Amino acid sequence: MEKKFIYLDNNATTKVDDIVVKEMQKYFTEVYGNPSSLYDLGQEAKEAIENARQRVAKILNCDASEIYFTGSGTESDNLAIKGVVRRYQNKGKHIITSAIEHHAVLNAVEYLGKKEGFEYSLVKVNNDGIIDLDHLKSLIRNDTIIISIMYANNETGAIQPIEEIGKIAKEKGIYFHTDAVQAAGKLPLDVKKLNVDMMSLSGHKFHAPKGIGILYKRNGINPIPLFHGGHHEKNLRPSTENVPYIMGIAKALEIAYDELEEHKEKIYKLKMMLKEGIEKNIEGVISNTPENSVFNTLNYSFKGIEGESILFSLNDFGIGVSTGSACTSGSLEPSHVIMAMGRDHAICHSSIRFSLSKYNTEDEIKYTIEKLKEVVERIRKISPYKQ
Amino acid sequence: MYSKTVMDHFRNPHNYGKMEDPDGVGKVGNPQCGDEMVIYIKVDNDVIVDVKFETFGCVAAIASSSITTDLVKGKTIEEALKITNKDVVDQLGGLPAIKTHCSVLAEDGIKAAIEDYLKKKKEKEQN
Repeated sequence: MEKKFIYLDNNATTKVDDIVVKEMQKYFTEVYGNPSSLYDLGQEAKEAIENARQRVAKILNCDASEIYFTGSGTESDNLAIKGVVRRYQNKGKHIITSAIEHHAVLNAVEYLGKKEGFEYSLVKVNNDGIIDLDHLKSLIRNDTIIISIMYANNETGAIQPIEEIGKIAKEKGIYFHTDAVQAAGKLPLDVKKLNVDMMSLSGHKFHAPKGIGILYKRNGINPIPLFHGGHHEKNLRPSTENVPYIMGIAKALEIAYDELEEHKEKIYKLKMMLKEGIEKNIEGVISNTPENSVFNTLNYSFKGIEGESILFSLNDFGIGVSTGSACTSGSLEPSHVIMAMGRDHAICHSSIRFSLSKYNTEDEIKYTIEKLKEVVERIRKISPYKQ
Repeated sequence: MYSKTVMDHFRNPHNYGKMEDPDGVGKVGNPQCGDEMVIYIKVDNDVIVDVKFETFGCVAAIASSSITTDLVKGKTIEEALKITNKDVVDQLGGLPAIKTHCSVLAEDGIKAAIEDYLKKKKEKEQN
């Protein structure tokens, strides 16, 4: 019997839900019209995406006119940040973000700093990887135009105090953007309650396909578009609307929030099982995931071992996880997120992220604990640090 | 990403573990950089008769250490000193460019162990 791959890397991407695939199918082959075309086939597509927009708006508790479909979470982040600072640079040149942001935010901000004369400050996090609000407050200047802080961290799962940050930004008249890519399908996305002006989402993190994102943008804020072209998405994001993918992301978001309680209970139980299994069976582990974290993510450092060697060894057993250390992804630098939490370099090189989904089972977690223990023991035998 | 030889050496590394009473020890890299290698050698009549390694590092670092121990075992000191990181990469059937430093570390490791051996030998001779 061929064994199924045990996929524990759902913060990297997720399997597309069969219901989502089914929903999209029709818009490839039947309702394939261009939403800008005036005949019925075009208008039917137009109605479909406007309906999708309303359904997304309902989940975010905003007006449908405030929802924009983009090509990815990265695009949404870039559009929000670059668009706003370029538009409002007469008000100031200062950007605040944090040390633990995704590269879609960090590199966009760094680019603005290097190439367009903006200045930026990075908010520190505490040992749990949670934003230091006092530090954030101390960084605010008269010329601060935007604060961009993620809702939940992709590596550790740490939930950030978005509501409070939004309140602070509002009091100071600073625009507030949140990268909510890792929060979607896990935490409430009510933009009014969260006090956010702009929010980025990415479909493939919640069982929609890759290549579709959402930007919520409060009416009244006018970012300069990244592209120039047609009038699509009210000129903010010219490009013929990706109708099937828009239908897919809306459906996936709906499923995620209709079934949130059910998924939360199931996945959290698996997470706790994995947590207990690791902490009881394996010595020399350091948790990088705080109590206040999304229900699917666990990150541990295994002393004396480099993360990549765990990743490849688990792969041999048909288990997919990721390393916080960017070793495999083209950079030799250890995880900037775990580093920002004040951990030692060696510990940062040793981190492994497990991120679960509704498709995981108890048997998979049991098997993973058993194999992880074997793998860690084997690699420690090779290491000069036996633990 | 990795060649079959790299994965074979990673899965079943040769000559790993601590050596009791080595004639030379080379310690290179450090865990801060994500890689640390310790190479132990036993020398008899200028021939490396036994070699062991302990490595903290990625797949490429472990595989490089393993193949390097194979390369030097049975070689004279002079022969062993001629082994370069390029030999390590070739024997492994290639390494991703970003991992080349692992092969360099292995070359440095064996050289450090030999240096340690020669230094100890000299000290003995002087006494």
